[in-house]
Amino acid sequence: MESIANWPLPLDIPLPLPADSVLLQALLVFLFLWHILFVNLMVGGSLITMAFEILGRRRPDFDVLARSIAGTITVNKSLAVVMGVGPLLGINVLYTIHFYTANALTGAAWMSLVPLVTLAFLITYAHKYSWDRLAHAKGLHISLGLAGTALFLVIPLIFLTNINLMLFPGRWLDVDGFLSALWLPNVWPRYFHFLTASVAISGLFLLFFFLRSGSDITDKLETMDRAYLRRLFYSIALGASGLQLLFGPLVLISLPAQGMSWYLIGVISLGVVLALTAMTFMWREIVSPKPHPMRRATLVFTLITLTAFAMGYGRHVYRESALQEHRALMAAHTQEVGWQAAAAQWRDATGQTLVRVPLGQKIFEGTCAACHALDKVLVGPSVQEIAGIYGENPGGIVTWTQNPGRKREGFTQMPAFKLGEEKLQAVAGYMIELGVPEELGAPEEAVDEG
Amino acid sequence: MDFPIFHLDFFGNRFLIAAIASLHVVINHMLAVGAMPLVAFLEYRGIQSGDRRWDDLAYRILFVCFIVTTTLGALTGVGIWLSTSLVNPHAIGSLIRVFFWAWFAEWTVFVTEVVLIVAYTLSWKTAWAKQNKKKHLGLGIALAIASWATMAIIVAVLGFQMDTGVWTVEPGFWTAVLNPIYLPQLMFRTPFALVTAALFALMLTGFYTKHDPEFRGRAVRTISAWALVFTAPWLIGALSYWKAIPARMLENVPTALTSLAFGDFLDPLKFIIAGSVLLVAVFCIWGVTAPRRLPTVLLIIPVLLAIWQLSYFERVREFIRKPDVIEAYMYSNALRPADYPLYAEDGLLKHATYTPVRTVTDENRLVAGREMFRLSCSRCHTTHGLNGVVEKFGTMYGWQEWDPAAVRTYLATMHNMRPFMPPAPGTAEEQSALADYLISLRDDPATLDGAQTSGAPNRIR
Repeated sequence: MESIANWPLPLDIPLPLPADSVLLQALLVFLFLWHILFVNLMVGGSLITMAFEILGRRRPDFDVLARSIAGTITVNKSLAVVMGVGPLLGINVLYTIHFYTANALTGAAWMSLVPLVTLAFLITYAHKYSWDRLAHAKGLHISLGLAGTALFLVIPLIFLTNINLMLFPGRWLDVDGFLSALWLPNVWPRYFHFLTASVAISGLFLLFFFLRSGSDITDKLETMDRAYLRRLFYSIALGASGLQLLFGPLVLISLPAQGMSWYLIGVISLGVVLALTAMTFMWREIVSPKPHPMRRATLVFTLITLTAFAMGYGRHVYRESALQEHRALMAAHTQEVGWQAAAAQWRDATGQTLVRVPLGQKIFEGTCAACHALDKVLVGPSVQEIAGIYGENPGGIVTWTQNPGRKREGFTQMPAFKLGEEKLQAVAGYMIELGVPEELGAPEEAVDEG
Repeated sequence: MDFPIFHLDFFGNRFLIAAIASLHVVINHMLAVGAMPLVAFLEYRGIQSGDRRWDDLAYRILFVCFIVTTTLGALTGVGIWLSTSLVNPHAIGSLIRVFFWAWFAEWTVFVTEVVLIVAYTLSWKTAWAKQNKKKHLGLGIALAIASWATMAIIVAVLGFQMDTGVWTVEPGFWTAVLNPIYLPQLMFRTPFALVTAALFALMLTGFYTKHDPEFRGRAVRTISAWALVFTAPWLIGALSYWKAIPARMLENVPTALTSLAFGDFLDPLKFIIAGSVLLVAVFCIWGVTAPRRLPTVLLIIPVLLAIWQLSYFERVREFIRKPDVIEAYMYSNALRPADYPLYAEDGLLKHATYTPVRTVTDENRLVAGREMFRLSCSRCHTTHGLNGVVEKFGTMYGWQEWDPAAVRTYLATMHNMRPFMPPAPGTAEEQSALADYLISLRDDPATLDGAQTSGAPNRIR
């Protein structure tokens, strides 16, 4: 990844945030968890429905279960969409530039979300409402369900790719279209992490759904009783959670170092401990001959909820720190151009003409002149001395400034200035022009100060 | 300027938004905002008369609304957002900063609306069996209120885009929401939705009650009367809306109604609009006076008229606010008038984040011109496609030769001649490069790729 100085540096929207940033962030994390819960139930529910409907061809009880689960998907999918609007609003307002940039770079896929989700929903309704009518064309009915499920598997990938791409401004210039963004680090591990989480959460949800006090599902089943259902759904939840022991570490390892911190590792570790505790309880429920009352399931559910909070918060911590530097640069740049625009407006209104200060001079006076004078040592060596050394080699000034070497005896160590190649070249050109006396002639490689 | 530029060079970006937004408005007004009060009213008729047929009819209408609004309706609503954030991210990003809490409130109402429509629809059958119809009707009334409230909130944003009122002087949430066009537009849209939804329900009723002519007559009469009741508020709302539109924008109306090339059709078109409204009224009166003689197939006509009226109204609204996307704050090209002096001094390219060139030289003129086109024209225009620049200049200058000096002069002054166009930004040198690029397009069939296919243009030469 290139140095941050070479990242695209857009201006931010020059209007104030509608509320304190921390409040908006808290809102975003909280609302997103609600959204992802229903998305999990929609995607995981579809996968389980289809698996059960296929198993149902051999063992009819599975078909009864599948049909019942299909009834929950059409409700959960509606909630997934509406609960998505809140966090979408949050991410739009907090990360306007980063999010919309990712959207534009994957624009065709991003826009196709609308027809894809619409189609997926219509197919889901058709699947649910044609269970009886297509009872004698089961292959067709299953194909219909699989088509809807396939769409449900593609849609999250588009969202995830965008959410990932927005974090890496250093990669924005490399991306051309959705497919190229799909291969950025972290996309695929995160995707499988999400899918297995969907199945795990859906397993737990269905445990409650079928074993709740008002459920009459066991009346409709011939060979399955409550104990069987309990073991079945605990096993689904535990199996999927077990897969997270593989995908979880993969997600963490494939995260670019840009946003890593020990704090983040701490938050994630807390989530892992909570999840492992929940998994232990699930295992005991499955192997124990005498199952505990549903209170135990509530405990498992609470632990998983806390895990989700830890992971959701960790995700946010990573995003904030991955973007921190870029946003700081953007804010400074926005303010600077804002002043320039205001000055230009004033000149325009008053008919003043503009005195142009070359870029190199402007940066020199604003950044370097504090330590470097023309003809005497201030903190560092004089401009004339520097020009004498680098007169034929302005690139040397650029390299030195980005990464200053060991200090001379009696001089303070110079800090690195990563202002970007373009600006540093302008400064170098200006310094040589300033420091080399006229009669010696300007060096050949003098840089245009555009 | 600050985003890689998404661009559709055949249909044009405007078409993308227009197609999604029109579909959404038609579904929202005809199948949600206007339909839910009618469904609740029909359910009430069933309870009141004890006639199960009212209840069945209400449910069948609701079921169509339920399927369409929770799929295509909800998704086109999100689609407006996704498409505008692709086409003009700076504008929607700014609107979200100003209207965040309005959108947030709208969202909570929207969640309520969806929960209510799911509950209302899925509990319909059991409600009759369990004899708790009154409670169930309460759900319907709450749903009708929630549907209307989502629209009532969102209309504030649309009004703001047309007239920011005192907001530019006193920026704030409430000065933005209570813009001068807000309430008049709401007064217009509410009965508009009620009337068009009744026309849609009328069509469904025609088909659903075919086998029962006696009930069909009663149902058609009731729904026609319902539509007729709201025609007067509709006309009053239209009038107050018209009065609230700033005079400057009314000058755009002839072009908005037709298009520059078809200005001559203005008078006939006025008759078509008036005629279509009248025709709707005639159908309603027919439905009230002689419902049994109204053929079912004919009931499709008022629905088609209503769809046309709804989407046509949106086109006119979107057009007349030009050249601004947010009145007095941002032009349709996503540039702010406040930044124009800076661009005139420094150049537009210098301040663009995504461009392969920053200064115009003899060697890069066409590349610089292309980037100028991308930055300042491409939000509304394509090269050779819909609303394409080649066609525009061809119409003006013919197809033989385009004089560079004439094109340059046109660019520098077009906003005076065409008040719906924003001024061309940048330095004279940049506009001259743009002129050269535009002229080169006449003989060059090459199209302009957007960032969604070619990425940001920084590395293209």
